[in-house]
Parts: sequence; C-alpha cells; structure tokens
Amino acid sequence: MRSFLALVSREVRLAWTGGGLWLPVIFYLAVATLFPFVTGPDKALLARTGGGILWIAALLSTLLPIERLILPDRQAGVLDQLALRGWSDESIAAAKIAGQILAFGIPLLLATVLGSALIGLPEAKLPVLLLGLAFALPALSGLSVTIAALTAGLSGASALGGLLFVPIAIPLLVFGAGTLSEAPGNAMQLLAATALAITALSPFAAGAALRAGRT
Amino acid sequence: MTIRQASILTLTLENVAVYRGNRVVLRDLSLSAASGEILWIRGANGCGKSTLLRLIAGLLMPEAGEMAVEGRIALADENLALDPNLTVATALNFWAKMDDAGPEMLETAMTDMDLQSLRDMPVRYLSTGQRKRASIARLLASNAGIWLLDEPYNGLDSASCARLDQAISRHAASGGIILVAAHQHPSINVTLSLVMDRAGRAA
Repeated sequence: MRSFLALVSREVRLAWTGGGLWLPVIFYLAVATLFPFVTGPDKALLARTGGGILWIAALLSTLLPIERLILPDRQAGVLDQLALRGWSDESIAAAKIAGQILAFGIPLLLATVLGSALIGLPEAKLPVLLLGLAFALPALSGLSVTIAALTAGLSGASALGGLLFVPIAIPLLVFGAGTLSEAPGNAMQLLAATALAITALSPFAAGAALRAGRT
Repeated sequence: MTIRQASILTLTLENVAVYRGNRVVLRDLSLSAASGEILWIRGANGCGKSTLLRLIAGLLMPEAGEMAVEGRIALADENLALDPNLTVATALNFWAKMDDAGPEMLETAMTDMDLQSLRDMPVRYLSTGQRKRASIARLLASNAGIWLLDEPYNGLDSASCARLDQAISRHAASGGIILVAAHQHPSINVTLSLVMDRAGRAA
C-alpha cells in the first residue's frame, strides 16, 4: 500500500511539474470564457447550453495530457522497473488512474465553480453539474490512461487517441448533459452506472495495453 | 518460470529460447549461477545479451526451456528510469521507497557512486556518465540479491568504473549474484564467462 501511494503521489507530482494539471484546467476555463463571446450576452441561451458546453470542454480537456501519461515512463524504463519489482500492469494502471483523478479530476471540479459562473450557468444547476462531473471524471481519467497505454509510441498518437476516446466517452457526455436538461429523468443514475463501469474496467484494459506494449 | 525470495540465491536457465517477432533471439541457452558468483556475458552487438538480461528480469517470457530464479532482481540497463525534473536524491528516493530500502542504504549507494555532490541537481542536467552512475545507484540501493548490469561501463570514467567494480566485488562477497553484459572485461575476477554467438546461443 505504501508503494502504491508513492506511485500515486509521483503521478500527481509529475502532473504538477509537467503541465498535466494546469493545461487541462486552463483549456476548460478558456472554453467557458470564450463561449459567451460567440453566442453574445443572451442569458437564456447561455443558461440552456452552458452546462453542455462545460461537459464537452471537460471531455476534451481529458485528452490534453494523454501523451505524457504512459509514453515517457515507457521510454525511460519506469514501467520495466515497476514490473521488475512485482507490480502487475493492472496495478500500475490503477495507480496512474488514481493519480490522474487527483491531478486532473479534482482541479477540474474546482474549476467548474468558476467556469459555471463565467458561462452564466444558473446557480441551481451548479450542484447537479458538480455531481455529474464527480461521477464522470474518474471514468474520464480511466479512459485517458487506457487510451494513453494503447497509443504510446504510435505515430500520430494524439489524433488516434482522440478518435478512440470520443466514441467511448459519448455515453458519459449524453447522460451528463442530460442531467442538466429540463426533464433529466434518470440521467444521473445512468451516468453513475456508466461511469462506474468504465472506471472499474479501465485498470484492466489499460493493464492489458501496457502488457501488449512491452518489448 | 519460478521466482522466489531466498537467502541463498540461485539462477538457472535450461535450454531457453526467446523470439522477438519472427526472429529467434536466444536459442537453446543454458546457464546457472549461485550466491557469490559474477557472470560476464559477452558477444557481438545484437547477439541477445540485453534480451537475456530482460528474460532473467522477468520482462520477457521464454518460448521454450525452463528458468528458475531464487532471489530479488535489480536491473540497470540503458534506461535511466529517473524522473528528469526531480533532483537526483528525490528521484532515487522514489525507487528506495519502492524497494523498502532505508535512507541509509540510499545514502551509501549515492556515496558509492560519488553522487553526493549532485544530490540536489535535477536529473535532466546530468551528463551521460553521471546518469549512468545514478542508474547504478538505484540498483545498489535496491536491496536485491541478483544484479543484472547491461553495459554498465559505457560512459563511465576510470574512477567510476573502479567504484562500480568495488561495489560488484562487495556484493559478490556478501553472497549476491551479478550478471554483467559488457564488451569490455570487468577488471574484477569473474567467476563465469558466457560468450554468445550471433544466433543467440552460448558459443
């Protein structure tokens, strides 16, 4: 457990020093800032669409750190050294996902408070948006680590990562945006169930990808 | 393959074969080493020395043959495995934590590899030789019984080579097993020597 926490804290530290923490948050807030410039000061329109835009921004900002999640560790031999110490690929993936949740998910949740104000989201919708993102961000973190493991070392990894990521993340986006609609129905339950399934499966998928990429 | 922790270390390979893609890199290769032995593996470029070490480390699986390893393994190869933005001491401390090695062990390893004056320098600023010394310090502090060293003398000056030889001798004297894949003959007495041919066999 001690070494698992050491690896998680390393991931957070690397995100902090390598831009993996700030870049997605800045991108997210930039979208929230720029969107009202495009639509104009139509409060009703912003209230209706702002939540969905924040969901799209959260999804796309997940893609930004993909290239630094696995490839540098593979090239530097860190993954080999961990495997040598008895770490299973699934455990390595789980630690990376946990680190990504802490380094990316939590800052993004905090930025959502500011982002929702910038985009003019009604105050009543903020708790719903935060709850939805709290469910979805671990899944998005799991997906980003999985895609990073699948594409590490491939030419055009970023573009390929985006192509793989977006279709898998669409259910999260649909249910997440659905929670903010006028008739949310059971969108939150579906979002939670989908996010839980993706989060639970991600370490195994990412672990298999890490194993397949070992040379 | 069997890997166990043990106070008496042994390493045995019998008729192992390793494929990389369609190419047979190691074939029909056998070796054994016990506590206190230093094995020098040599051969031409591409003959499979690094593959052999990766196989023993458990990073590759043999396609054929038997392999039994008793004891913890540490590997120092061409990959540094140290975070470039961290200082030398912090980056090495991460691996010491992973190995449950105490701070004294890490300090001793850093002293052995003459890294104390570089401890607060970010890894990205190290020279090639200094990086090699840091990589070897990670291995020294690993608390492992079996050391696998892949071209450990590359990039090291003569003083650093002598320091490494001393560390190898001490580890062998304390019952460790050391496998050195290198073109140049270590200046210490090696117990065994394995020459590999281009077909990945023991010549």
